[in-house]
Amino acid sequence: MKILSRFFVDGYIHKAKLLKQLTRPIPLPLINYFLNFTLIKVVKKNSYLFNRLVGHHHKTFLIQITNLPFDLVLQPNPNSPHLYAKRKAVKFDADATISGSFLSLLGMIDGRFDGDALFFTRDLQIFGDTEAIVCLRNALDDMDKSLADEAASNFSPIGPYFLAMARRATKNNDIPS
Amino acid sequence: MTSPHKPELVCPAGTPASLRVAVDSGADAVYCGLQNATNARNFPGLNLTPYELEKSIEYAHLNGTKVLIALNTFPPAGQFSLWSDAVDLAHSLNADAIIVADIGVANYAKSKYPDLRLHLSVQAGAPSIEAIKFYTEEFDVKRVVLPRILTIPEIKSLKQEISCEIECFIFGNHGLMAEGRCSLTNYATGLSTNMDGVCSPANFVNYRVDADQSLHTELNGFTIDCFSCTQNPGYPTICKGRYHVAHREDSYYAFEEPLSLNLASLLPDLISAGVDAFKIEGRQRSKAYTQSVVSSWRKAIDTALDHGAINMDHLLSLTEGNKQTLGAYETKRWR
Repeated sequence: MKILSRFFVDGYIHKAKLLKQLTRPIPLPLINYFLNFTLIKVVKKNSYLFNRLVGHHHKTFLIQITNLPFDLVLQPNPNSPHLYAKRKAVKFDADATISGSFLSLLGMIDGRFDGDALFFTRDLQIFGDTEAIVCLRNALDDMDKSLADEAASNFSPIGPYFLAMARRATKNNDIPS
Repeated sequence: MTSPHKPELVCPAGTPASLRVAVDSGADAVYCGLQNATNARNFPGLNLTPYELEKSIEYAHLNGTKVLIALNTFPPAGQFSLWSDAVDLAHSLNADAIIVADIGVANYAKSKYPDLRLHLSVQAGAPSIEAIKFYTEEFDVKRVVLPRILTIPEIKSLKQEISCEIECFIFGNHGLMAEGRCSLTNYATGLSTNMDGVCSPANFVNYRVDADQSLHTELNGFTIDCFSCTQNPGYPTICKGRYHVAHREDSYYAFEEPLSLNLASLLPDLISAGVDAFKIEGRQRSKAYTQSVVSSWRKAIDTALDHGAINMDHLLSLTEGNKQTLGAYETKRWR
């Protein structure tokens, strides 16, 4: 565990090849089980978030995690929300695309990074339906508790441990805070 | 430096969560708006419902923080009721003040609710003694938010001649110097910054990346800027775009550059000039921004009042395009 911790904390997480290699063997069904479980829990507790997405519930968001071997697809339909991972090679025609490194995106949903600041440094890029992306950003930002905290707490004690490591890793790297 | 007063720190909030963060981070007052055209940050998914506003005011007041409601747009003909309803709501929820720009809205509020405190928005664009006196005498305006076109000596001189408080922006957007009168977005999209509350509406904004990683920003088909992979982009607003003009070979920032105001180094001078309140721009920003900026300025103001040294270099990472300016506060020739 110490070696793993050091791996994250020293900032090696930014080295795309290493991170990709580390996560590539994880089967998508396992990731999707985690994502679906997390989504159900978060939506149940924070249904008010959908109010800021009125007009965009049917939109599809492609979340490109630049240093992971898979991307995420989100459809924030309050009646039937979807969040799942897909391999990068699988083409997907999304309404809106958000692109950034794992730590940049994690920092945003953790409430520690400002999305505009990430955009100014090009650590975050957006394409497609800008209005839908702005609404999604504002909806997630209206959570008092960090979305990352909520997600991690569903998988205690491993989840919070990995989240703490990721937070320490971002502190040691040059991402705006 | 001696200061007879402690200036108020006025902070932005675009959601209830960011309002609570601003309160917890040391704001003396928080300003926010409703989810409609009555405020100049009428962005998608942003701002507060009447219920959220009620709960947010309760939270702020419990913690000794004031809440100011931005009603700082100009009602188009036949649509005044949206603004008058917002004034009624602000009064019924015990808002500490409303921030107005339009004389019709100011007159309605003054006539119907003499006890409701009025602040004059920067959108009113009142930079002179005469203009400010008009608002104080006619509408009993208690505070004027100054346009970002005055030097500190001018602010000091102004303060001595007017009866109301003055509020100055100290951090955030460094907009075009014709606030309340800009029609650039209207020209490009048909929507008005001043009447619809949307500068560069998001549904008209498009980003495109070339094979060489250059980032193009477009507003309703108009290319605003193109950033090479080594350049930091700013907001997609027309006033901060790069254009080809007749007298120059290369494209350049004809109006303004994408950068932010940061008056940290002028803070002691602003306090000496008698500024009553310091305003942070950024209702559209995240609560991470709110937490970082508000807590930093809280500390800076308290330090300045104790004659301590201020260091706000860390805020550069939150500025537009990672660039900052002292603007006209230092000199009229700020470019």
